[in-house]
Amino acid sequence: MSQQAVNGVSHRGRVLTLDSMNPNVKRVEYAVRGPIVQRAVQLEKELKEGVKKPFTEVIKANIGDAHAMGQKPITFFRQVLALCSYPALLEDSKFPEDAKQRARRILEACGGHSIGAYSASQGIECIRQDVAHYIEKRDGGIPSNPDNIYLSTGASDAIVTILKLLVCGEGRDRTGVMISIPQYPLYSAALADLGAVQINYYLDEDNCWSLNITELRRALSAAREHCNPRVLCIINPGNPTGQVQSRQCIEDVIRFAKEEHLFLMADEVYQDNVYAEGCQFHSFKKVLFEMGPEYSNTVEMASFHSTSKCYMGECGFRGGYMEVINLDPEVKAQLIKLVSVRLCPPVPGQALLDLVVNPPQPDEPSYATFMKERTAVLSALAEKARLTEQIFNTVPGITCNPVQGAMYTFPRVTLPQKAIDKAKELGLVPDMFYCMRLLDEEGICLVPGSGFGQREGTYHFRMTILPPTEKLKVVLQKIQEFQLRFTQEFS
Amino acid sequence: VIDVFQGDLHKAGMKPLTFVRQVLAACVYPPLINSSNLPLDARQRTQEELGRCVGGSVGEGNVCGLMTWKKMKMLVVQDPQGGAEKTHRTQLSLLCDNYYFCGFGPWLRTQALLNREASPRTGVLIPVPCHNKTVLSIMQLGAVAVPYYLSEEQGWALQVEELQRALESAKGVCNPVALYIINPGNPAGIYSSQCGDQVIRFAWEKRLFLLVDEVYQDCVYGENCEFVSYKRTLSEMGPPFSGTVELASFHSVSKSFSGEYVCGLRAGYVELVNLDPAVMKYIHTLFSKDSCETVLGQIALDLMMDPPKPGDPSYLLYKQEIEQIRTVLVHNVKRVHEVVNSLPGFSCSPIEGGLFAFPRLHLTPKAIQKAKVTAEMQEDPDTFYCTRLLEEGGVFTGPGWEYGQKEGTYHIRFCIAVPQDVMEELLRRLSSFHMTFMKDFS
Repeated sequence: MSQQAVNGVSHRGRVLTLDSMNPNVKRVEYAVRGPIVQRAVQLEKELKEGVKKPFTEVIKANIGDAHAMGQKPITFFRQVLALCSYPALLEDSKFPEDAKQRARRILEACGGHSIGAYSASQGIECIRQDVAHYIEKRDGGIPSNPDNIYLSTGASDAIVTILKLLVCGEGRDRTGVMISIPQYPLYSAALADLGAVQINYYLDEDNCWSLNITELRRALSAAREHCNPRVLCIINPGNPTGQVQSRQCIEDVIRFAKEEHLFLMADEVYQDNVYAEGCQFHSFKKVLFEMGPEYSNTVEMASFHSTSKCYMGECGFRGGYMEVINLDPEVKAQLIKLVSVRLCPPVPGQALLDLVVNPPQPDEPSYATFMKERTAVLSALAEKARLTEQIFNTVPGITCNPVQGAMYTFPRVTLPQKAIDKAKELGLVPDMFYCMRLLDEEGICLVPGSGFGQREGTYHFRMTILPPTEKLKVVLQKIQEFQLRFTQEFS
Repeated sequence: VIDVFQGDLHKAGMKPLTFVRQVLAACVYPPLINSSNLPLDARQRTQEELGRCVGGSVGEGNVCGLMTWKKMKMLVVQDPQGGAEKTHRTQLSLLCDNYYFCGFGPWLRTQALLNREASPRTGVLIPVPCHNKTVLSIMQLGAVAVPYYLSEEQGWALQVEELQRALESAKGVCNPVALYIINPGNPAGIYSSQCGDQVIRFAWEKRLFLLVDEVYQDCVYGENCEFVSYKRTLSEMGPPFSGTVELASFHSVSKSFSGEYVCGLRAGYVELVNLDPAVMKYIHTLFSKDSCETVLGQIALDLMMDPPKPGDPSYLLYKQEIEQIRTVLVHNVKRVHEVVNSLPGFSCSPIEGGLFAFPRLHLTPKAIQKAKVTAEMQEDPDTFYCTRLLEEGGVFTGPGWEYGQKEGTYHIRFCIAVPQDVMEELLRRLSSFHMTFMKDFS
């Protein structure tokens, strides 16, 4: 408290006030770490201080943070990273030879043989080459050029960078960006921050959250009235919905993008997280090239990947990359300039990415353990996905689409009118009210659907499927009990 | 090629700190906690750090305040206490919410301050010379950079009269809202607390938000020089300043030598003082949407602030390594000053802080003309000099115009944080090249 305020003298105007602040910042919201999380943190503090609650711990099923929920890191990756951090360990016989080989190779590529040195802004060259090889292998041999690969600080960094390049114009000519509803709020936050126009297209809840070209067309023509739509964003597998797009759908989207002259942004960070029978990940790049030169030579696209999800779950390393296709060479030069301002992505994250795209091969000593660990993580997630869908669909008032992929479930909850009214009374969005009550009563932190977008009049919440299976079962049960109580209270 | 273009110690061959690397490695691969190859304190420290991660893994994303409490304590401890000021300083420093980790340096977080849509446009006063990314960053955020010139004759000192002039020059062009200070400077300058006092007064009078980049705070060499943080100066000035001047100060592991100069970890923090609580809410959202900085980076920061103490097993080696780095740097700045000043047409102020030398090239008009004519692309003499120096001398430096300089003056910038033998070689090549150049273009 300033001395003046204490003395009762009116506070001299600050330079930075809500009025003088960048107005775009006010529009930025990020539900995943928004008010409900702040409340959760508050409750945790109270629990620590010994305050009695109807629960003994707050379960944070709000953010896709695998390790925080107990998922174990992949041993091989951590061994290599440890070797890179403290190269004296290269003499330690407890580390396998294949880990040491990779560490040496990475260190060789670093300035001064240290992960402490800055790297080139676009990322360490040999790592970009490895990423390109990985993409080629994944996509059945379709060539990938390392010059089109930009390493980044998680996928978010690359996504925002591309958006920065794409957003321009004033008034009716302002760039419009199409995003799916529901969406991962990084997009809406970034668009708000950049002052771009957000164009919502609704995924079809009744059809497993599938994407509908008719709906894309509707959204686009409506948007053309008031802005200049230039970008189409897709998250596949989806967040928060978990849907895995069919190959046909991806082709349709590419065709649509070409017809309507839209830049495609394909967020594919969950590409290894595919669980449902009959579902398969198809990369946008692969499909684009398989559609022939008419498309592969013209459609402009950026696809994104990261080390934070899949089976690695290494959010804290901030590793990621984007591959750009058919970008204008002059724009590429601007892109290089943009990324150089932030110097370089964290080098440990780059190193980790290198391991992800270049994991132990069948003939290497660490292969068996690596595959075991990887399979364990992915199959646990698949099991939890199935379990979650099954249990939620037995709860009256909750319906849940199959969790085909990613790490979340986005069930729909029917709220009694009285509850909706009560929420309004309290100045809360109804699903926020629901989630806050759930948090206060059961210590379970979810994110209300309003944070991701949903059709008017519908309510959802997003829950991660990351807690260990036993804990997840408890969480599901508690939500079930809460739902029954809540419905009764407001009947 | 001797690459001294950037301030990257590891690339230049300086060795990392053993203790830091041991802890980072063990944090990454926890089975090392049981390894007898690592000293006990490194292993214990690892457990402490991992203990703060919810799932015990550095792979988790964590909200920007994970290490906050410890940081707070350390920073208060490092700030020498002083009588009646103690309480006030404590108030300023113990507000956990006011510390945010940021991996990319100040600019990407100042978007709250810089209103892209404002008319007239927002302005930020920046020093000349200055880190070259600054102007780019400001422009990217839609603001106008308003230069104020540091005084080369006075060892690159900041003069308040010059700030006044700069502010005047902005009239009709933009609306200056912030004053950016680099302390110690990049590429040059270190300010006394007296100067800090005057600057704060100026900021208070003219209603400017103070953005203070203090990433080089550990790199101070001058005999009578001491790093004094703006926050400390501010709190020592007492009311009305201490309670009203809005300040954001930045620090980072990239340039700290009690840390590790780990540029590649991209870790730093910003401390926000006297900000409007309503605005802080939004700043908090901005930080959380942009996802946390790497956990390893935060750990490195923590190690920087809380290094091994006397009595700890790693202390002696740690101290030795730090001293070694410091000795090299102190030696290097002396040598650079000696050698450059002994060469004709070349001068250098004493390097009192930071990681760079920014010597001045004195070229006659004839030489300038001749150089311009010879230069393939008619570039400026300093660029020409640097290009030639790279091609003929094999030393990669940066031309002064990239950092800003007074019209008609020419400089080059190079990093002085290289091993001693590399520095000798650099100076040898530089001298030899310089003599030839001066002869050819006299």
